[in-house]
Amino acid sequence: MMRASHAQPGFVAALLHRLAGIALAIFLPIHFLALATALNGAAALDSFLQATTHPLVKMSEGVIVVALTLHMALGLRVLSIEFLPIRERTRAAVSICLAAALAVGLVFLLNVD
Amino acid sequence: MTPALFILQRATAAVLAFAVTVHLATILYAVRGGLTAGEVLGRTRGSAWFLAFYAVFVLAVSIHAPIGLRNVLREWTPWRGRSLDVALALFAVVLLALGLRAAWAVYR
Repeated sequence: MMRASHAQPGFVAALLHRLAGIALAIFLPIHFLALATALNGAAALDSFLQATTHPLVKMSEGVIVVALTLHMALGLRVLSIEFLPIRERTRAAVSICLAAALAVGLVFLLNVD
Repeated sequence: MTPALFILQRATAAVLAFAVTVHLATILYAVRGGLTAGEVLGRTRGSAWFLAFYAVFVLAVSIHAPIGLRNVLREWTPWRGRSLDVALALFAVVLLALGLRAAWAVYR
């Protein structure tokens, strides 16, 4: 059962921040290993990039771009609450962070071939 | 979280806010019209600015991510103590090594 406190925007912000962070921590080593294929020459990197042209892979990349933007935006929210003399409107802040992340993800998916 | 880990987490977050913004802008620019090794390496090979930027990026990530994971694991799982700290220190070293290797791979 969902507790009443779990419906609070601050809880939603913290949960989204964490889930996006976990996704990025899993993705990063794979990303680094993929880039390191360039150690075997441009052709090796090209054959890896060719393998990523599948629509499902592109969609997964879009999800990671959204996670990266969301984690950064929600992280800026945390920094501003902790270090700036402002009184935050959490519901609005979380909405703006989500909107920014989805917008960047959409721009990525519309531009990627 | 200890005071030292808190300061490291927040300091690296500030560095990453800048680095991620630049990285996202680069991604959105680079993917237009498809991504090829020639295009990627044409921008990165021999660029000391690129290497320096991504070395700082990787260093900040390899400090920031393990501290964040430590917080999550301590709150969401019963895992605590030295074994958790050692595992996440190893994760930090692996991220740093793989990240620097990746930056070097597209620079050299």
